[in-house]
Amino acid sequence: MKFLSYRPGSLFDEMFGENDAPRAVAKPLIDIIQSLPEGELLRRQQSAERALLQMGITFNVYGDSAGTEKIFPFDLVPRIVSSAEWSWLERGLKQRITALNLFIDDIYHDQKIIKDKVVPVEIMRSARSFREQCVGLNPPLGIWCHICGTDLVRHRDGQIYVLEDNLRCPSGVSYVLENRVVMKRTFPRVFEASRIRPVAEYPSRLRDMLESLAPAGVETPRVVVLTPGIYNSAYFEHSFLAQQMGVELVEGRDLVVSDGFVWMRTTKGFERVDVIYRRIDDDFIDPKAFRPDSVLGVAGLMDVYRAGNVGLANAPGTGVADDKVVYAYVPKIVEYYLKQEIIIPNVPTYVCADPKELTYVLEHLDELVVKAANESGGYGMLVGPHSTPELRAEFAKHIQANPRNYIAQPTLSLSQVPTIIDGHFEGRHVDLRPYILYGRDIFVLPGGLTRVALKKGSLVVNSSQGGGSKDTWVLTDDPRAVRERIAVEEPALATGALGN
Amino acid sequence: MLSRVADSIYWMSRYIERAENVARFIDVNLHLMLDLPTGSDQQWRPLVDTTGDHEEFARRFGEATQANVIQFLTLDPDNPNSILSCLRAARENARSVREVISSEMWEQLNKFYLMVNSAGTDPDVLADPHEFFSNVRMSSHLFVGVTEATMTHGEGWHFGRLGRMLERADKTSRILDVKYYILLPTVAHVGTTFDDLQWAAVLRSTSAFEMYRKTHGRIDPRRIVEFLLLDTEFPRAIHHCLIASRESIHAITGTPTGLFRNPAEQLLAQLCADLAYGQVDDIVNAGLHEYLDGLQTNMNQVGTSVAETFFAAKMAPPSTRKRTAIRA
Repeated sequence: MKFLSYRPGSLFDEMFGENDAPRAVAKPLIDIIQSLPEGELLRRQQSAERALLQMGITFNVYGDSAGTEKIFPFDLVPRIVSSAEWSWLERGLKQRITALNLFIDDIYHDQKIIKDKVVPVEIMRSARSFREQCVGLNPPLGIWCHICGTDLVRHRDGQIYVLEDNLRCPSGVSYVLENRVVMKRTFPRVFEASRIRPVAEYPSRLRDMLESLAPAGVETPRVVVLTPGIYNSAYFEHSFLAQQMGVELVEGRDLVVSDGFVWMRTTKGFERVDVIYRRIDDDFIDPKAFRPDSVLGVAGLMDVYRAGNVGLANAPGTGVADDKVVYAYVPKIVEYYLKQEIIIPNVPTYVCADPKELTYVLEHLDELVVKAANESGGYGMLVGPHSTPELRAEFAKHIQANPRNYIAQPTLSLSQVPTIIDGHFEGRHVDLRPYILYGRDIFVLPGGLTRVALKKGSLVVNSSQGGGSKDTWVLTDDPRAVRERIAVEEPALATGALGN
Repeated sequence: MLSRVADSIYWMSRYIERAENVARFIDVNLHLMLDLPTGSDQQWRPLVDTTGDHEEFARRFGEATQANVIQFLTLDPDNPNSILSCLRAARENARSVREVISSEMWEQLNKFYLMVNSAGTDPDVLADPHEFFSNVRMSSHLFVGVTEATMTHGEGWHFGRLGRMLERADKTSRILDVKYYILLPTVAHVGTTFDDLQWAAVLRSTSAFEMYRKTHGRIDPRRIVEFLLLDTEFPRAIHHCLIASRESIHAITGTPTGLFRNPAEQLLAQLCADLAYGQVDDIVNAGLHEYLDGLQTNMNQVGTSVAETFFAAKMAPPSTRKRTAIRA
């Protein structure tokens, strides 16, 4: 399988540039792929898939029969990011998370940004993700969002935009780590030849950050991961992260609040919990503070948190800053708090709450992407150019009934990466979700989840909607920088066997 | 260790052992039926009776034919104790503790489940059930072996062994009981070749035939009862299972042997003493069925005590005076 017949077309291709010439960052990989014997790449692809299957790297699909697990499809051809581009992205992501945290803190305290009329008061009043219970909260280190996954896309013009901020419980980082393990086994020689930055330190970084949230005076904090349980779509990731960090994975029923602290039930009695990495939405974490019908959470948790006797990541209430309408104001938010211009631009966004913009959106539904403000995972979304007149008419009704709940953006033609489809390469659209940890300092994992829309022409990359993933290689120019190390020699894998 | 995690490991083990024993259970009956003189009545009802699910069975299946009983005990998704349901429950428990057990254990259990699950849609399986039941037994052995070789023999492992051993003791007692039920209407056969054949089938179904031969040689019902009930070294003998259960509980709690700190430890010590000093002649003369019945009740009580001591969250949370927390 070779790139001879691969035509990037008119889209932005991450591997091939002008005149279909390989980009410098991709050259070593392309050379190796070209030098492989016929059929070898396909064999390696199959080995990689088998490895993922055996490792049980799966997600659950909602609406499918109870507890169905699927393998997240994985493609061998990685997305490669140059050192220069990454350092620009890193600065931009740090800027963004800093500003968004200041914004959340302001919203739950003085609301200066509203008083100064930078963000309209109606938008905040109607934000469904605003949590009254969080007003006046002072989270540890003054930080609300400790773990963030920002969705980036590149348009035909080569510019990278922020598409979405995920400030609640972003998932997918386990795939980043597992994909890398599989890639290193599959292409060891490439890792030797290129300067690819490692991602394996994420679990230790995450644990350090979580420990920094422990109540004062606790020397060896007990950190736990709180999961809704085995039927949650990201259960594999919860269990994987707990295992990699070496901490307990708990469910709400394992925890109890007593005497102002959180305890977990063990076979030898109750033990105190100091920091909770919770993978349960705000609404469900404490039936006393939020939804009383929740059976997933821990009654009284918010009281303990408010008293400073337990750390929570992320803090409740962060959703207010990833509301899709608030998103439209992020450039202004950055400017307001940091007195800086935004580094990574937003996708131009029409806010339907604005009557003028609403009219424009309704007239151009066939060319816009419309998103519901409070949905995620690709649900509640209309991709204009790929829709039918009936669908658009139905969406128009929804929008008119509740304009505040909708935004619209021009349909971007996402960049593409060659992807193995039916035994040859075809271009498929990708996005990129880097992961950011914010504790005593800000750490941006050099890599991220590259999601790929496997359906031809599709722009929807969500795993729940037929997307797959790729490894993301961030290169470094610095010869002294830490880079991926490989112990295995290439010939060991020439048979296509993957350790089994 | 989290109570929920201990609970899940314990039940994961119990369910796998239960599936294996249901397979043994049916297998012994299939052998017994084959050995019955042509024309005698098929005896499938006692199998359902000993599982305690006879009302449920009668309501949904009616007549206790071979096909009905095997379907009910093997692949019926609505019978919580069928092999299929046991595997589902075991896998569900394993999924909730995946970060605690080894990935090899998870993989083996997953394969086991997929094998049983695909049998559910294959009509040939029940037409020739011997191979299927033998696969179930072997998959269970593999799981135990993988567990032995890949999981730290710490608290979690002991909860797993405790579950497996209590389940096995209970089921060996039931397999002995099946023979008792089958034997009742044909008391005249006692001491005949036919009776020997039946007892040999019981031994085979507990994988005990060869080991018994090495210990006792001749097929003698009393020696067989002694072997499956009182032997301390044969791994499916009830006494052996209860000794292992006791070891595991003491390893979990750290209570010195000879003492007890919870009802489960106390009751297990009593049962072990009873089996250690019991004589097979006294047991059989007083009535084997009654003896097994009493033993099963006591073993159930051990299970209940284990749940109350380790899994149920009835303890009052401790006071927190020692640790104060101040917001920085």
